[in-house]
Amino acid sequence: MSTDYKPNSKLDPNAKFADNERLKTQSNFLRGTIEADLKDQLTGGFTADNFQLIRFHGMYQQDDRDIRPERTKQKLEPMHNVMLRARMPGGIITPKQWLAIDEFAGDKTIYGSIRLTTRQTFQFHGVLKPGIKEMHQMLNSVGIDSIATAGDVNRNVLCTTNPVESELHQEAYEWAAKISEHLLPHTKAYAEIWLNGEKTETTEEPILGSTYLPRKFKTTVTIPPNNEVDVHANDLNFVAIADNGKLVGFNVLVGGGLAMTHGDVNTYPRKADDLGFIPLEHTLKIAEHVVSVQRDWGNRVNRKNAKTKYTLDTFGTDAFKAEVENRAGVKFEESRPYEFTHRGDRIGWVEGIDGKHHLTVFIQNGRILDFPDKALKTGCRKIAEIHQGDFRMTANQNLIIAGIPADQKDIIEKIAREHGLIDDSYTEQRINSMACVALPTCPLAMAEAERYLPELIEKTEAILAKHEIPNDDIIMRVVGCPNGCGRAMLAEIGFVGKGPGKYNVYLGGNREGTRVPKLYLENVGEDVYLPALDELIGQWAKERNEGECFGDFAIRKEIVAEVKVSKTDFHA
Amino acid sequence: MLLSQLSAQASPLTPEQVQKLQALTAELNPIQQAWVSGYLAANANTAALSGQVAGAAPQAGEAAALTILYGSQTGNAKGVANQLKAAAEAKGLAVKLVNMADYKPAQLKKEKFIAVAVSTYGEGEPPEDAENLHAFLASKKAPKLDGVKVAVIGLGDSSYEFFCQTAIDFEERFKALGAETVVARADLDVDYEDHAAAWIGGAVEAFEPELKAQSQGSAQVIPMAGFGAAPAQSQYTKQNPFAAELSVVQKITGRDSTKDVRHIEISLEGSDITYLPGDSLGVYFLNDEALVDETLALLNIDGATEITLGDETLSIRTALIEKLELTQSYPGFVEKYAQATNNAELLKLVEDKAAMREYIEARQIFDIIKQNPSDISAQDLANSLRKLQARLYSIASSQAEVEEEVHLTVGLVEFDAFGEKHFGGCSGYLAHRAEEGVKVKVFSEHNDNFRLPSDDNTPVIMVGPGTGIAPFRAFLQERYAREAEGENWLFFGNPHFTQDFLYQVEIQGYVKSGLLNKVDLAFSRDQAEKVYVQDRLREKGEEVFAWLEKGAHFYICGDANRMAKDVHQALIDIIKAHGGKDDEQAESYLKELRSNNRYQKDVY
Repeated sequence: MSTDYKPNSKLDPNAKFADNERLKTQSNFLRGTIEADLKDQLTGGFTADNFQLIRFHGMYQQDDRDIRPERTKQKLEPMHNVMLRARMPGGIITPKQWLAIDEFAGDKTIYGSIRLTTRQTFQFHGVLKPGIKEMHQMLNSVGIDSIATAGDVNRNVLCTTNPVESELHQEAYEWAAKISEHLLPHTKAYAEIWLNGEKTETTEEPILGSTYLPRKFKTTVTIPPNNEVDVHANDLNFVAIADNGKLVGFNVLVGGGLAMTHGDVNTYPRKADDLGFIPLEHTLKIAEHVVSVQRDWGNRVNRKNAKTKYTLDTFGTDAFKAEVENRAGVKFEESRPYEFTHRGDRIGWVEGIDGKHHLTVFIQNGRILDFPDKALKTGCRKIAEIHQGDFRMTANQNLIIAGIPADQKDIIEKIAREHGLIDDSYTEQRINSMACVALPTCPLAMAEAERYLPELIEKTEAILAKHEIPNDDIIMRVVGCPNGCGRAMLAEIGFVGKGPGKYNVYLGGNREGTRVPKLYLENVGEDVYLPALDELIGQWAKERNEGECFGDFAIRKEIVAEVKVSKTDFHA
Repeated sequence: MLLSQLSAQASPLTPEQVQKLQALTAELNPIQQAWVSGYLAANANTAALSGQVAGAAPQAGEAAALTILYGSQTGNAKGVANQLKAAAEAKGLAVKLVNMADYKPAQLKKEKFIAVAVSTYGEGEPPEDAENLHAFLASKKAPKLDGVKVAVIGLGDSSYEFFCQTAIDFEERFKALGAETVVARADLDVDYEDHAAAWIGGAVEAFEPELKAQSQGSAQVIPMAGFGAAPAQSQYTKQNPFAAELSVVQKITGRDSTKDVRHIEISLEGSDITYLPGDSLGVYFLNDEALVDETLALLNIDGATEITLGDETLSIRTALIEKLELTQSYPGFVEKYAQATNNAELLKLVEDKAAMREYIEARQIFDIIKQNPSDISAQDLANSLRKLQARLYSIASSQAEVEEEVHLTVGLVEFDAFGEKHFGGCSGYLAHRAEEGVKVKVFSEHNDNFRLPSDDNTPVIMVGPGTGIAPFRAFLQERYAREAEGENWLFFGNPHFTQDFLYQVEIQGYVKSGLLNKVDLAFSRDQAEKVYVQDRLREKGEEVFAWLEKGAHFYICGDANRMAKDVHQALIDIIKAHGGKDDEQAESYLKELRSNNRYQKDVY
């Protein structure tokens, strides 16, 4: 190990590390024995450490949980398959790439879908072991990889999609791509294993360290006033500061994160802290050293307390900031003012300052599939076949068809309408609701999310209509477990799965995504939370101030207490 | 050797044991003696598994014996041979029962009395086990057989053009070599059972006087088939099956499989049925009541109408559900039904074998009746149908593991025809109509030609695609229970890995525990090019040959028509490629394996 570790002196040098640390250490820079597993015909799964190691290559082993009991009886192993999450900094994908992933999803995955995700990328669900190498080679042939989109590394870097301010976006996007490249693992394990690359020896990981990070690490580049990427869900955020439409530097926000563990009060969702402004030229250096301080100071004993947010709370944000400055040789300047006003995607057409047109289409649950009434996948493919611009996947799981010349507007609108990509009947409530994947594929899910959301929206719409505010909406998010993927812990109403049909209900987030909600109902089913919402929404409809959103109303009326400092307030 | 000549010097027994044995034997009739002999062998087999018992057993002396040679494809000819053996022994005759595949042709010139039970399949072809002897008899090497008495019984399917051709060949070849037939050859159709019984009676009667004249008249110790002799005879037989509880019916192919394969567990509790890995279970089933009722309605027959079957009187409905064959069609039925209903079109079919074959291949008996409804009395209908046949399934369990249970791996026969879903008689019953907890009538059928090696250190190679996995599950359970040290190598195949990997979790467990040393899988439809077990064998040819060279036993179970032949050819190719042999040498290498019981098949 050549990486020069500088652990914080307060860390116990004799503490016993979590088992994941062992497996990273023994993995020969993420190779493990994955290749041997690929040859094992007896199982569709990966064994032991490889089960974890493939995450560093962008895959999760999953199985169809709906049929797990049935297959046990059939003396068959679970229907093992992998989910792949691509690395697409800023979520930009070309029509050529789209056509390639469309074909693979249709022909080679169990579910036949392209799933847009909150990490501003796409996922394939249900790839069987014999198809995995083929999948990576297909992606590689169109310039896509899935390196480090999961596991204890810096994952796919998000970037506000903002197609209107095209120049600013282009600059921000380029930084997102550069940061992503800069923080990638240096091991060539990915190419060796999946692309039949030449075998080389890896001797060090200069930035991530030979045992990689203590836990997952998420980064964004954000262009205010749109907070679609949800900065407070991320470890490291570069908030773009522009001067006359020209990017000049970033405010650096560190230590956001939403994951928690049911029943463990030492875990909590937490907002990011603003360390200050840096000019553009220091961007990569700061990114590298926020990572390196977290690498060295992060908790490798208890994975539940290993994320950057806990490192800040353990050692203090000031100490963390000082260490970053010290390592980078850069002082943070005073934060520049900025404001977030919204998070949602503006569904429909907009014209950019460069005269190009952009169509944002709402994709329910991000699931692009040919549904019986909506051939979304076919529609996207038909557009990709003629589209001259690119596609942008948003952190809200929607799709932007960006850079359309004026003369193609009509044909693209026609295709979009014919395939249900434009549907004027969608309410604001539906557009502002979100769910993670959960059952049947996610192994962590405790309750339904994606499959339940449409029904929950209908019930919520009925409540809104009953109280005569059918055009209003509440940012509502449903997740199958408390790990954070669907960002329920920044919603006005967040449902977090606890068991089949049971959720914890959190209230009090705001529209901009700058407040963590607080537990209102614990482990309850529809029979409890629907009447409760009915009453609260009724109250909101009657007693709210002008323009007051539901989350703010819940705080003002003290329906829940405001979470100001997560560590002390969230479980209070 | 005669028991009266048995002495402590010439046997491993003490003088007291010899005395006791002689005393006991004096009280026993030949059937009882045969039973004891089998019982003791099985007892020794399961207890010691030393293989020494059979070797130490006295051989038949100079006394004349009836040699019964059988060549069986589906087990029917073998069943007839067994019945003949039992009938001959009941008359006190000495009998040698040998699978033609295991018979050394050089032995022929020593024979005096030969009975042949052989089936025919395809276009008049002998079953694989009979091929060598069939060819030998027509070759120049065949000895003169003057004075030899023979009797031949053939089994076949009269819808084929060359009906019972192999039996005809055998008889003609024996006669050409100078042998004399003692009883007219019987050519039996798929409804052979009753006719076979009659023929057996006649044959035994014909052989008896001369055989007895040539024997010393003393009690004979019946020679045993060799190691792995069948376990004790149960009181429950094909004629007298045991009503066993069907305890588990579990589909073991995935929900998207094109196949429906069921794992069946049956409790033998309360019976004395025992079995060894390699044996089969005969299962009687009930015909589909709904189809029976539909058929009766169509024929305007009141289900309660009493009819007689043999010496039994029962309602036509009960007879159709429980006693008569209504699924597997055969020309004999068409003929009888056509005559009973005076159906001109069907009668025309009887005259045209090719058309008949095409006709019955596409139809179950139900279909034929439903498509030709006519005025027919309940009794005439019953008379036109043959008795329901038990279906034989290779047993998928070892009693060392499951004790009083017996497990089967049953592929559901299902197809669409005439706008309706059709199911196999027995598989449809087990998979769909029988509920867990009902009683099914079963008996065990022993198969000494499909046995694990007596030496636990001997490696085995098992090739069992599809439901052919069944006996190998039994083998693995047995070897696991015995803590056998010999290596185990399984070849399995089916269409899709995710849907059709039968017993996947168990096989994974056996690999993990170290019992299964190697597993090679061929999922034919998981890639563009179809891959089968024989392809996997060829890929591993060098190692397969090395295993054979170090003494491995090689087993095949499953489809007879294609798979077993393809695997056989793959073996030939492997022996040629890795043993440096030509075709003929490779064949004789395999023949040698077969005669040493190292190449065994259970194919259907």
